[in-house]
Amino acid sequence: MRMQTPMRTPLKQARGLGSARGGAEHFWRQRITALANVPLTVFFLYTLVTLAGADHATVVAYFKFPISALLIMLFVISSAWHMMLGLQVIIEDYIHHEGFKIAALIGNILFTAFFGLICIYAIVKLSLGG
Amino acid sequence: MVQFTLPKNSKITKGTVHEKPVDAKNLKEFRIYRWNPEDGKNPHVDTYFIDLDECGPMVLDALIKIKNDQDSTLTFRRSCREGVCGSCSMNIDGTNSLACTKGIDEVKGAVKIYPLPHTGVVKDLIPDLTNFYAQHASIAPFLKTETPEPEKEWPQSRDDRAKLDGLYECILCASCSTSCPSYWWNEDRYLGPAILLQAYRWIIDSRDEATGERLDNLEDPFRLYRCHTILNCTKTCPKGLNPARAIANIKRLLIERRF
Repeated sequence: MRMQTPMRTPLKQARGLGSARGGAEHFWRQRITALANVPLTVFFLYTLVTLAGADHATVVAYFKFPISALLIMLFVISSAWHMMLGLQVIIEDYIHHEGFKIAALIGNILFTAFFGLICIYAIVKLSLGG
Repeated sequence: MVQFTLPKNSKITKGTVHEKPVDAKNLKEFRIYRWNPEDGKNPHVDTYFIDLDECGPMVLDALIKIKNDQDSTLTFRRSCREGVCGSCSMNIDGTNSLACTKGIDEVKGAVKIYPLPHTGVVKDLIPDLTNFYAQHASIAPFLKTETPEPEKEWPQSRDDRAKLDGLYECILCASCSTSCPSYWWNEDRYLGPAILLQAYRWIIDSRDEATGERLDNLEDPFRLYRCHTILNCTKTCPKGLNPARAIANIKRLLIERRF
């Protein structure tokens, strides 16, 4: 996006507001969650295949087993977090209107938190016998 | 927002088809982007025919021949004609390259020539690289030291000198940066592959004492982390360099210094 800023030197524009001194944390977390997602997604797919067509009682029994409930929760947390980080990158890439951008970044965090919480609640409910 | 269509005054129209040279046996067609800021018209693509038997082997030879023999208004930058000055970078046959090192025989069919993509156009094939040069200045492309200067010179081991190979050769032609979609969308804040490669050249220099300060200045979601490693830069570099690896190394150093 080319800015129209008359009477400012090119160097002034190139330097902008300076370095945010951040971004490495975001980069690192995106890699960690990506790494975690590999085995967790395999386990999630295994769960889907195992429980395909099963009745409610079987599903409850599956999630009463702590390891399966915890692994699926980890899958939800890791993938939701990864999704939030990834969407943030897409928003920063393509949305240049400051107002829309901030709104989208806030919406991204709230949507992820809400979506993740629903999943966690469902797993807890199932593992407690619901 | 990202622009998916060209603004009305940038839409490209059909241009003039110039006459074929008489008695030519080995004709090659050139379709060249033309735009003159002074005539108020939209950009257009002119067609020229060159007798390859009467022309040098490179695309730049053809451009110079067109300018000399057929159309003196054709405007482009060139200087060294041997791939060390970076002046004649342009989009040839869909890929950013140097006209002086790109062989005409490398292109099948008509040779289509446009200015570097997503840059402002000064005239015809000349891109406006003001922002690009300012970004280069912003990374302080020179040796920074605090230790009093030695009498003779700053010594450097052979191994440390070898770390600059593949970096010092960059001629700042902007082919890589203008091939990068992240640079297209955020050129005002993202430094782009060429400038990041240059920045890494000083970060990795064993004689430079401002390494931390340089990394601080790059640690930014836009300046550095707009790179998503799609490798257009490496693919297009007419000097065969690998800006994507330099960027990955900067990201690695930023993680390394945390732990």
